[in-house]
Amino acid sequence: MADGRGMVAPRAGARLWLSGLWLGLVGGAALSAPWIAPHDPLAQDLMLGRLPPGWMAGAEPGFWLGTDSLGRDVLSRLIWGARVAVTVALVAGMLTALIGSVLGLLAGYLRGWVDLVISRLIDIWMAFPPVLFAILLIAVLGTGLTSIIVAIVVIDWTRFARVVRAETLNQSAMDYVQSARVAGFGRGRTLVAEILPNVLPTIVALVTLEMGIAVIVEAILSFVNLSISTDDPTWGGMIAEGRVSVHQAWWVLVVPLVALFLTVLAFAQLGQGLRDRYDPVLR
Amino acid sequence: MALLRAVLTRLATTGVTLLGVAVIVFVVIRVVPGNPIAMMLPPGATDADMDRLRALYGLDRSIVEQFGIWLGGVARGDFGTSITTRADVLGLVLGRLPATLELALLALVLAVALGGTLAVLGTRWRGGRVEAGIDLGNGLALSVPDFLWGLVLILLFGVLWPVFHISGRVSPRLDLPFSTQFYLIESVLRLRLDLTADLLAHMAMPAVALALPLAAIIAQVLKQALKETMALDYVTLARVKGYSETRVILREALPNALLPTLTLVGVQFTFLIGGTVIVERLFSYEGLGNLAIDAVVNRDLPLIQGIVLVFAAIFTGVNLAVDLSYALLNPRLRHG
Repeated sequence: MADGRGMVAPRAGARLWLSGLWLGLVGGAALSAPWIAPHDPLAQDLMLGRLPPGWMAGAEPGFWLGTDSLGRDVLSRLIWGARVAVTVALVAGMLTALIGSVLGLLAGYLRGWVDLVISRLIDIWMAFPPVLFAILLIAVLGTGLTSIIVAIVVIDWTRFARVVRAETLNQSAMDYVQSARVAGFGRGRTLVAEILPNVLPTIVALVTLEMGIAVIVEAILSFVNLSISTDDPTWGGMIAEGRVSVHQAWWVLVVPLVALFLTVLAFAQLGQGLRDRYDPVLR
Repeated sequence: MALLRAVLTRLATTGVTLLGVAVIVFVVIRVVPGNPIAMMLPPGATDADMDRLRALYGLDRSIVEQFGIWLGGVARGDFGTSITTRADVLGLVLGRLPATLELALLALVLAVALGGTLAVLGTRWRGGRVEAGIDLGNGLALSVPDFLWGLVLILLFGVLWPVFHISGRVSPRLDLPFSTQFYLIESVLRLRLDLTADLLAHMAMPAVALALPLAAIIAQVLKQALKETMALDYVTLARVKGYSETRVILREALPNALLPTLTLVGVQFTFLIGGTVIVERLFSYEGLGNLAIDAVVNRDLPLIQGIVLVFAAIFTGVNLAVDLSYALLNPRLRHG
């Protein structure tokens, strides 16, 4: 298989680079939104409604990606929307990973009743339709950025817990764990210093995937109008507006959709690329 | 005996899971802010009216008591009354469930057909450009969830090249002679193929959006299993006998490669059913998922409870069926 890997490696590298580049661009736009957005993302002007993008006939100079039905600049809304997407991806992704991984490590290492309780909870969680669960939680928690993040963590911790638990079970059975115990390491120290570093690559790959999922969940919640107040520009909110007026102004849907598509794809490719690179079996 | 005990244990776990779901939904939705009773009454209703209605829906009792009453009802097939429509919850759910089941099953059939074909093609021409192309497509389909595929399909085949309907389940102008809610199946049985065509033109886009990620997983796992089987001795023997490569793949390797794929398809099918919630919303398809979102938006507590429990029952039911059929189909487990 050595020759086969030689063919794949440069392409996988390009994939990592392109994904990183796009995510860097989104991150940069999120950080510098107040300075680089050409217009106020909330400024409405009905005289400028549904202007097509700059390269089409009938475009106004200065509105490069056109305007929506209320005359708001699509590019500026896209840039400001990146802020919500990036915040949700980073905060929800990290928190989900933290909570899910801790529970997975405990279940896999301590076993016994701890494992029983956590595994049963995972079973129950897996029986919920996730989107419906998210919508239900937002209805309970109220709309807003914090609610979205809490909802994502509450729903998706099982994704980490399941995988990390299985991985910890595998690692715990290995000789080096026995050696650590024989060498006088306590249970906590064995878990943190010996097992965790070996489970970490799996967690890192999952985190990048989770960040993509978090962006999608936010978009879905915005789409059903349960995310943030409708004033704040979000990609999901833009998509919901674009879906309504898709026959009159397709660019209002296409622009945020492309941004969301590329971001989710980039997170997934990055996660896969990192796993391939750090997977000891493939290496 | 071992099999029987395994089955019984599995059934008990399923029961515990469903009970857990019921408890969590019950507790979560009773923390919902917003007073559904107040929304039902006309302005100018007195506090006494409100109390009467609250008592009618049992909302004046303690949460444990409410749960007991509700669970007792469910056991008798009574899921309560919807607060917004004042109709029987079970009736509402059963009225919408067939639409969702038809959509999910159509998506499953599409996913198996597409994923299976790609796996066979990728195995037939493995190591070449065909396989590389299939892998690339798989990677793309896996990275992007059904919600985004739905939007892409709306743009491509609803707007850019409008060949399919992107909204609703059936054209509203059509007269429907159906006596059940299984429109698609009934239209075929009654040989009203004009209606079948109309239904399929509505279902195609949401079904493809749901099917794409699952098709990619099937293609990936089945192709891997096929390639491993192709290296086994009995397959080499079939080749030596002079059978064509395609025949060897389809007749010899495929039956043995199916089993590992089956378990996976079962779990992934529950994800597909979960995906119907947002995909139905996206395509204004009148199924259970769309009803569920409306119920949450309207704070219709009994209806939310009923729908979530039905979804959970389907999820655990599918998993149970997969586990049992795996035990029955796998000779090592059957005799073990």
